[in-house]
Amino acid sequence: MTDHQAHALRLLTAKHRWRVWEIALWLAAIAAIFLLPSQLLILTEIVILALFAVSLDLILGYAGIVSLGHTAFFGLGAYAAGILARDYVAEPVTGLVFAGLVSGLFGLATSFLVLRGSDLTRLMTTFGVAMLLAELGNQAAWLTGGADGLSGISMTPILGLFEFDLWGRNGYIYCLVVLIVLTFVARHITNSPFGLSLMAIKRNPRRAAMLGISPKRRIVTVYAVSAAYAGMAGALLAQTTNFVSPDVLAFHRSADVLLVLVIGGAGYLYGGIFGAIIFTMLRDWLSVATPQYWMFWIGLILVAIVMIGRERLTGWPALLAARLKSRTGEAAR
Amino acid sequence: MLTILFDGIAYGMLLFILACGLSITLGLMNFVNLAHGAFAMAGGYVTVVLMNRYGIPFYLCLPAAFIATAVIGAALEVTLYRRLYRASHLDQVLFSIGLVFMAIAAADYFMGGQQQLINLPPELRGRLDVFGIGIGRSRLFIIVICAILAVALQLALTRTRFGSQLRAAVDDGRVARGLGINVSTIFVLTFALGSGLAGLGGALGADMLGLDPNFPLKFLIYFMIVVTVGGTSSITGPFIAALLLGIADVAGKYYLPQAGAFIIYAVMILVLILRPNGLFTREGGR
Repeated sequence: MTDHQAHALRLLTAKHRWRVWEIALWLAAIAAIFLLPSQLLILTEIVILALFAVSLDLILGYAGIVSLGHTAFFGLGAYAAGILARDYVAEPVTGLVFAGLVSGLFGLATSFLVLRGSDLTRLMTTFGVAMLLAELGNQAAWLTGGADGLSGISMTPILGLFEFDLWGRNGYIYCLVVLIVLTFVARHITNSPFGLSLMAIKRNPRRAAMLGISPKRRIVTVYAVSAAYAGMAGALLAQTTNFVSPDVLAFHRSADVLLVLVIGGAGYLYGGIFGAIIFTMLRDWLSVATPQYWMFWIGLILVAIVMIGRERLTGWPALLAARLKSRTGEAAR
Repeated sequence: MLTILFDGIAYGMLLFILACGLSITLGLMNFVNLAHGAFAMAGGYVTVVLMNRYGIPFYLCLPAAFIATAVIGAALEVTLYRRLYRASHLDQVLFSIGLVFMAIAAADYFMGGQQQLINLPPELRGRLDVFGIGIGRSRLFIIVICAILAVALQLALTRTRFGSQLRAAVDDGRVARGLGINVSTIFVLTFALGSGLAGLGGALGADMLGLDPNFPLKFLIYFMIVVTVGGTSSITGPFIAALLLGIADVAGKYYLPQAGAFIIYAVMILVLILRPNGLFTREGGR
């Protein structure tokens, strides 16, 4: 084996290895069940938002697709799970899988829209699809409840065993389990050759194509997977709140999830999770401090993030590590 | 039937004035500025404040709205936008969404969340009857103003020195700079002009489109449709797209009210699938 091969192999295995902070994060999330019993509702909210942001990270961070309408899949999943629970089967896991399938298929069907054209065309088509769904949800009041939202959902116990309790304890555990499982799956996907080829496409589609990586099929696949993830996040929201508001398809949700991902940093999966924690706490704090105008501060944060530079904000651990390394290297010399 | 057509044309003209600034920043300068509607809203609010609080006549408010938003646009260009011309589209999107959020909250804070009403001067109220076709006077006024502006813009872009300098700066900034064109000044002026026109459109349309803090988001999609469907070749593309959109939207709301905005979005997606670069594209441009 040549030097280069060995180096590449080392890099790849290092990427795949579990980090201390990853394990610590999950342990903290599990410990929260016992340590923060009164905060479980907001923690559930964070977990759902985190899953939604992870799904966006799959297409934005790994495939480089800027979407302005990612909430289309979130909302579709929420409605799918809500309607299924209201009219047919009220078992949550079934609803979760169903919502993932519906959203995934819709993602597959609309994925060809993001294959063509420039960033701008993609922005417009993703935005348009979300607006179209929002309009549809609003008009089809017989199915979705229209502007009043979808109510009358009552979930049966999870897998027939664990009932949703008033304090949101089982709801939180349920959402957390889903998030952990799906993040593991996403981790596996992004570390697989498939995920690596996606990153190659993101960097330079033409070169990737020359290396024999066909961008089309890979983008379609990851878009559908991401849509399914978003749909499941929507389903979790519908199931834990027993309600679907037409707000799930609103534009500000697409903007929020972008912000979440940008705060946490795109392209390493956990950005969505850290971003969701920071964003939710920030919004909670702002909406208490300035109930009506928190939107202003969110906007200001967005502008500030862009002005300071996203790399500088989210890349600081890497920068710090690099600096420390070079310093110790010098000291050793 | 003809009344609907007429209303549609007025609506389309208004959309064109609102969106033509965006067609320059987004189409020519390649900057995804989702905050364009915020400038239009600013123009509308300037008019409302001047008219309702200070009693200044409507006709004077229109140029005031233009100037005020142009100044805001120029200030933002120099302080913020300029740094992002070379940034990625994602950065531009995030930045302009941030601006939109700030504008919405600020409008809500200063003006309240309710719909703003303006009292048009008496000669613009009511309808004219021309050969049995009912024509709203305010609509006629909008059409006349916008038509004059559209012709003036087209001439300014194609016939004047400024227009050719702008086209040169946009096509290849480096070469233009090498030829002694002050590209950054041109961009500031263009940005100010585009924002000013949006403000003027907001002022003109305050009556027809309504004005509340959610204006920038509500009409964002319309502006974007005009620009993406119209392409970036010239002023003509967006102009035709705006007219089509206006007529289709008014007719759709009249004949198929239950379909709502559905048709518009569907048509937009269809156009973008078939012609990702818009209906009217220019060869060789960016």
